[in-house]
Amino acid sequence: MSSSTLAYFSNDAIYACLAIFTIAFLAHAFEVSWSVKNTDSDDKTQFDFSRTDRAGRLGTAMMILGTAGLVVADLTRGLSAHRVPWGNMYEFSITGALMLSAAYLFAFAKYKVRWLGLPVSISVLLTLGTAITVLYRPSAPLVPALKSPWLAIHVLAAIISGGVFLVANLVAATFLVMERYELKGERPQWAKKIPTLDALDQLSYRLVAFVFPLWTFAVIAGAIWAESAWGKYWSWDPKETWAFITWVAYAAYLHARVTVGWRGRRAAWLCIFAGSTFLFNYIWVNIWGTGLHTYSGL
Amino acid sequence: MSEKNSTGSAPELGFIALLRWAWRQLTSMRTALILLMLLGVAAIPGSLFPQRNQNPQKVDSYFTSDPTLAKWMDRLHLFNVYASPWFSAIYLLLFISLIGCVLPRTITHLKAIGKVPPLTPRNLDRMEGYRVVATESATAIEEARRWLKSHRYRIRVEEGSISAEKGYSRETGNLLFHLSLILILVGVALGSLFGMKGEAILNVGDRFINTPTSYDNISYGKFQGQGSLPPFALTVKNFVASYDPVTGQPSNYVLSTEISNPIGAAAKKVIIKVNTPWTVGSTKVYLQANGYSPFVTIKDKSGHVTFKGAVIFLPQDGNLSSLGAIKVPDMVPQIGFIASFIPTATSSASRGIFSTYPEVLDPRLVLSAWKGNLGLDSGTPQSVYSLNTSQMSKIGLKALTLGSTYDFGYGTITFDGWKSWVNLQIVDDPGKMYALFGALFAILGLLISLFTRQRRIWVKVGESVEIAGLAKNGIPGLEAELMALTQALEEGEK
Repeated sequence: MSSSTLAYFSNDAIYACLAIFTIAFLAHAFEVSWSVKNTDSDDKTQFDFSRTDRAGRLGTAMMILGTAGLVVADLTRGLSAHRVPWGNMYEFSITGALMLSAAYLFAFAKYKVRWLGLPVSISVLLTLGTAITVLYRPSAPLVPALKSPWLAIHVLAAIISGGVFLVANLVAATFLVMERYELKGERPQWAKKIPTLDALDQLSYRLVAFVFPLWTFAVIAGAIWAESAWGKYWSWDPKETWAFITWVAYAAYLHARVTVGWRGRRAAWLCIFAGSTFLFNYIWVNIWGTGLHTYSGL
Repeated sequence: MSEKNSTGSAPELGFIALLRWAWRQLTSMRTALILLMLLGVAAIPGSLFPQRNQNPQKVDSYFTSDPTLAKWMDRLHLFNVYASPWFSAIYLLLFISLIGCVLPRTITHLKAIGKVPPLTPRNLDRMEGYRVVATESATAIEEARRWLKSHRYRIRVEEGSISAEKGYSRETGNLLFHLSLILILVGVALGSLFGMKGEAILNVGDRFINTPTSYDNISYGKFQGQGSLPPFALTVKNFVASYDPVTGQPSNYVLSTEISNPIGAAAKKVIIKVNTPWTVGSTKVYLQANGYSPFVTIKDKSGHVTFKGAVIFLPQDGNLSSLGAIKVPDMVPQIGFIASFIPTATSSASRGIFSTYPEVLDPRLVLSAWKGNLGLDSGTPQSVYSLNTSQMSKIGLKALTLGSTYDFGYGTITFDGWKSWVNLQIVDDPGKMYALFGALFAILGLLISLFTRQRRIWVKVGESVEIAGLAKNGIPGLEAELMALTQALEEGEK
């Protein structure tokens, strides 16, 4: 296939993924809202999976299919330009969406967190939707500054970290919502299948602890690359500054948990704060910021 | 006398106590954490306001639009955050706090190297994973010892019990990480004290001799002498920029140079690209930016050449429309041009003449001619890229195609051609290797500390064989380990 055919194929694959993740979202939403049925007696909640288990499994199947679709879209996009598919913000976004759904599938395989499918599928949909409508750029070769093996290493590490940070944020946000319900009394029907507060708390911590070294590596790989491209390994460029702020925020989060013993609500807020610095860096610095990380046309 | 002494010594004691108190406060974990957060917060303004060393033009625009506000912002170092006293204060305090926090822990940790684990608790049944193993009591201790040893536990054998611990390297990794952060800070400090950074703009064909006067701007670290530049000469032979024909984005920049190192030595050909600088010792030469220098000849009315040469213009957009100033002080009256160089010209009613492609395909030189006083003698330094028209009047406007001439009344200007210019950045940073090793060790330490599982296992042999364990920070996996030990002991029985 020629380059342009591959690029068009990649775009079609993204549209197909949008459809698949929409089905995944609807299936998960259906499962979450209908799976618990309370019997008349107040003392015991009866779980009724018979109606919705199929919807849940459909959701998972769609998540797997959608992730595979994103792999195809990402690969063809890269092949069409003969390079790694993360050279501009559109490509960061579709690769980021892939990492997010892959991080979910990983967490799903390990911890059976099907309830997370709902927030993950909506996040993936939003990311892909913004990417294809607002951020889209035709497939093109890299600008000279990006022509380096470090592009593959540094940006991939940053995108994977970003995907996992977002999942951790979703878990922490779920924790906060569930905690509110429990403080007021009882969780509503649809939320009863979501794990205990303790499990949510642990899960968000594990995700962060798992990916923090990778984020550290992403920042360091960036510094090594900066040294060879710009002549200075650290120049307080806005993107570098915010990467550092994110690093500091997660370092504080890990310390707060391990040495000071923060748990629960405070830890969840700190986790969300740290994740927001990452999002701020990605969105604000890329679009409105100035500096060495802003390449022409996003 | 004695009264004097007592009143004299009391505040002294108080002062030492105060110092000791201050040191303890500074080196506490809490303070270190607060300082770390503070450093993160303090870094924010530098990303919101333009910084003088990154974007001086934007800083200037703050001063022109609101001088009073800009002056106050400048007093608070908001245009130079990362070299400001308050930012330095935070990281120096953090540095000291980190050393005060980590060094004592390192010493304690080193002392603990040969130590045996603490005694087995009296009541194992209160611990995690408590179980009674069906095995022969007599051989259980020896078998358990062998199993724990092969699983790299540190073992303390007492009468009728074993206390074993694993995961000592968690603290090793933790300390390695924090010591590496100190190494990074040392590298940063070395770089800024002994380093050098400078920039030079060169037209194709120019020769650059590496002495301070050749630079457009140069700055040294506090302890770096001016005579320390490596003595090389670099000639810009050729510069090729290639662009993607569809998007107009640059796809490659190749700078061909000839370098003699030291000056006078045989010249060798060196190619410099954006991601491949040229290295000599700890100094590197980078290709930073490029643009066009239109080449013009200016004659007075009598046909005498008053100016001839390539003038460096600054690119304004992705299609390299470039802006510059041509100054002719040797004419009467003095003549100046505000000019833009358009590499591939298209014109429209709404935008006038503009560039549609960054490569030079159909160039125009758009000139506005001024006469009067260039203001070069006023003593205030002037940008070579702009014209100070406060004492000048406009005498004409013209768009020149390649090779054409414009008669502005006091003489003529001819657009002869163009050259490419390149901006070379020359940097010497002797501290970067320390920072790099610090960074690599930091990741190693982080991985060790986050993925080492610290746990204890106890075996007690009395009337029955009991085992139990303890996992630090509730890290999972203890249960599996206890299962494996149980199985090993039970199999040993058979």
